Amino acid sequence: MATAAITAEREHYLNKEYGIRSWLLTTDHKRIALLYLVSITFFFFIGGFFALLIRLELLTPAGDMVQADTYNKLFTMHGMVMIFFFLIPSIPAVLGNFLVPIMIGAKDLAFPRINLLSWYLYIIAGVMMLYCIVTGGVDTGWTFYTPFSTAFSNTNVIEAGLAIFIAGFSSILTGLNFVVTIHRMRAPGMTWSRLPLFIWAHYATSIIQLLGTPVLAITLLLVVFERVFHLGIFDPTRGGDPILFQHLFWFYSHPAVYIMILPSMGVVTEIIPCFSRKRVFGYHAIALSSIAIAVFGFLVWAHHMFVAGISLYSALIFSALSYLVAVPSAIKVFNWTATMYKGSITFSTPMLYAFGFIGLFTMGGLTGLFLSALGIDVHVTDTYFVVAHFHYIMVGGAVMGYLGGMHFWWPKISGRMYPEWLGKFAALIVFLGFNLTFFPQFVLGYLGMPRRYWQYPQEFQVLNVLSTAGSTILAVGYVLPMVYFLWSMRYGKIADDNPWGAAGLEWKTTSPPPTFNFEEAPEVTWEAYNYDQIPAPAEVPLER
Amino acid sequence: MFDNFPLWPARASTGAGNVDALYVFLLLLAGFMCVAVFTMIVVFALRYHRKPGVEAEQIEGSTPLEITWSVIPLGIFLVIFAWGAVIFFRERTPPRGATEVYVVAKQWMWKLEHEEGQREINELHVPVGRDVKLIMTSQDVIHSFYVPAFRIKQDVLPGRYTTMWFRATKPGVYHLFCAEYCGTQHSGMIGQVVVMEPAQYEAWLGGGAASGSLASNGQNIFQQLGCPTCHRSDVQGRGPNLVGVFGKPVLLEDGRTVIADENYVRESILSPAAKVVSGFKPIMPVFQGLVSEEQLNALVAYIKSLSPSPDEAAGDKPQQPKD
Repeated sequence: MATAAITAEREHYLNKEYGIRSWLLTTDHKRIALLYLVSITFFFFIGGFFALLIRLELLTPAGDMVQADTYNKLFTMHGMVMIFFFLIPSIPAVLGNFLVPIMIGAKDLAFPRINLLSWYLYIIAGVMMLYCIVTGGVDTGWTFYTPFSTAFSNTNVIEAGLAIFIAGFSSILTGLNFVVTIHRMRAPGMTWSRLPLFIWAHYATSIIQLLGTPVLAITLLLVVFERVFHLGIFDPTRGGDPILFQHLFWFYSHPAVYIMILPSMGVVTEIIPCFSRKRVFGYHAIALSSIAIAVFGFLVWAHHMFVAGISLYSALIFSALSYLVAVPSAIKVFNWTATMYKGSITFSTPMLYAFGFIGLFTMGGLTGLFLSALGIDVHVTDTYFVVAHFHYIMVGGAVMGYLGGMHFWWPKISGRMYPEWLGKFAALIVFLGFNLTFFPQFVLGYLGMPRRYWQYPQEFQVLNVLSTAGSTILAVGYVLPMVYFLWSMRYGKIADDNPWGAAGLEWKTTSPPPTFNFEEAPEVTWEAYNYDQIPAPAEVPLER
Repeated sequence: MFDNFPLWPARASTGAGNVDALYVFLLLLAGFMCVAVFTMIVVFALRYHRKPGVEAEQIEGSTPLEITWSVIPLGIFLVIFAWGAVIFFRERTPPRGATEVYVVAKQWMWKLEHEEGQREINELHVPVGRDVKLIMTSQDVIHSFYVPAFRIKQDVLPGRYTTMWFRATKPGVYHLFCAEYCGTQHSGMIGQVVVMEPAQYEAWLGGGAASGSLASNGQNIFQQLGCPTCHRSDVQGRGPNLVGVFGKPVLLEDGRTVIADENYVRESILSPAAKVVSGFKPIMPVFQGLVSEEQLNALVAYIKSLSPSPDEAAGDKPQQPKD
């Protein structure tokens, strides 16, 4: 255990300084990543708490647990908190923040102070959101549809709108930082085609954040102005058009789905080669498909609006374009699968999450084909079919990827191993709980149960009970990792520098890394995923 | 038997079967794809599980494979697109001569009015086998008219008309839901569509206390508001003659041409200066806020009745019984 003793004494980013100031004024991307980790975990459990209350209300057909207005606020705030305060920052602001500089061999992000500023903006926005919640909440749905949000809702619409407006700037600054860092700060030899695909995914994500988020900011400001000054932009009685709002809103909010899922795809693309001991299959195809998703993702927004009152012809065009964006996602699934072919595969916890990701994302993607088909969409849009579909993508996909990534890089982040058997157990619980929660909702949706219903006809009850049962299992699956990650920080086995035998620069530095990431500036002379040159760990670590 | 645990919605319109057919096709396709991908993952995971002394075989990738698994899915996707588009095109194209029902949505109820003048709240009675077109608008926020048994849904907007149509095939009582979130009692904004045999439907129509048809109500409102002062049925009026105008192209003062549909008539009443007919001056007063949605519907129905469609002119459309 000599190495362990040395590791414990070595100076790294966690023990270099102590005290609250050293955290709140840090410009170290790794410490900022941990600040984000704590904050988004907080919001994740708030959003999850709302979700559990929603599911409990839906246990019975009658609206009997909370008032109708309370229910409407619950699903609204569940959506706003989970999307803007958890999913969008989740992987980029935590894992991306931690890993982007290390993976490309840089000391830090290009703008360390702006990185800290983006966290403070997030916190200001988060405090505003909490203020909005505790002073009565908001009931517009996370979509803010006009004219309900501008002229009819009596709740804290302005507070919520401004909170999300500010959170958007945090997101824009993170994206800006990544784009500049990836362009300008790669180590010698780290060419574009040697970049880990995690970096390609974050590059594509950052482009969407930079180009899409300002449109959301403008849209929300218009909602606030309309509410305060009655401008008449969206109000038909003043010559405005409520559908204009939907176009502006979805122009951001559809690409936002890719802000959530692309980084997760990046995580999975790191995990699968590592636990298959193989170079990734189709490096360029996966890299290009990330860019293709970012580009095509901007051209499909009106597929949320097929029954909203848009013309027949625009519906046809947006339906066709939606199928185009499905192709790069399919390419990724096929390449991940092919990467496993003739590999040397082990089932560590991150790999189980990667399997779960592929399974759930595939189902989410395939049901997207249903929704893009105009004739089907008319029937199932605004029903539980849509709810199930986007949870398969955003929870089944994005959150599985996030948890997989947290387990994969936890040894690097904390310098400790988590208990492997508990990790596997939790992954299984999450997978089972997720499917039990959301699969019945596909059936409910085709039967015709509309979303955002506080009470519902009797015949939908059995499926709703199944879903509620699943959600309690899922909740256990989400609490477990938080508990054992915290436990491992004190009691976990000391992690090696490269416990998985993984490729990538982040595994060539120590665990946890020093403040400037590397003792010596690295120079890259090898291709990405050179698993033929890296010995597998002698024993699969932790499978003891 | 499955009253409390149905797995498939009732199918009660001519369009529902088409939607179900594509849905079943997609279920089979998605099921096949899931099985294929999951089988490969499981087989690879087991077959290539780490064994001592067996190294992974490094494979770069394969351009032919990438092209194959891009082009084949794209081809399949385009088939789904075309199939879905055909269904949608049919759903969006009301047949000529459909019976018209005017729908006004408000927080949180549906108000419906038949051509014959019958009014209903949260209920719509229709006969089997007749095309029914709904002309819908909202008094406040956006709602959405959704009948799962017919597989149709259309958002209902304030400030304009949207339309949908169906032909019911099976007598019964079916859910009517509001599908666009509209505030506190969104989930209470539900009702039922009652599909009846034609004979029963005629009896139902006759039994109501309708005070004249929608168009004749519209004519009364037209008189009360003083419209005939300018909109005369000769060419001398200060406003355009409205006979025979509906459904025809209208040349505007700015040179554009629009079709005189429900939305055009509506806009011309509420804000007449928006699209002035060529040869006339924008002197008509604004009626925004002066007429209710119901009155507006009656006016539209009246103006429509001044331009009988060819079917109606030929007299093959059943006329409502008059008292």
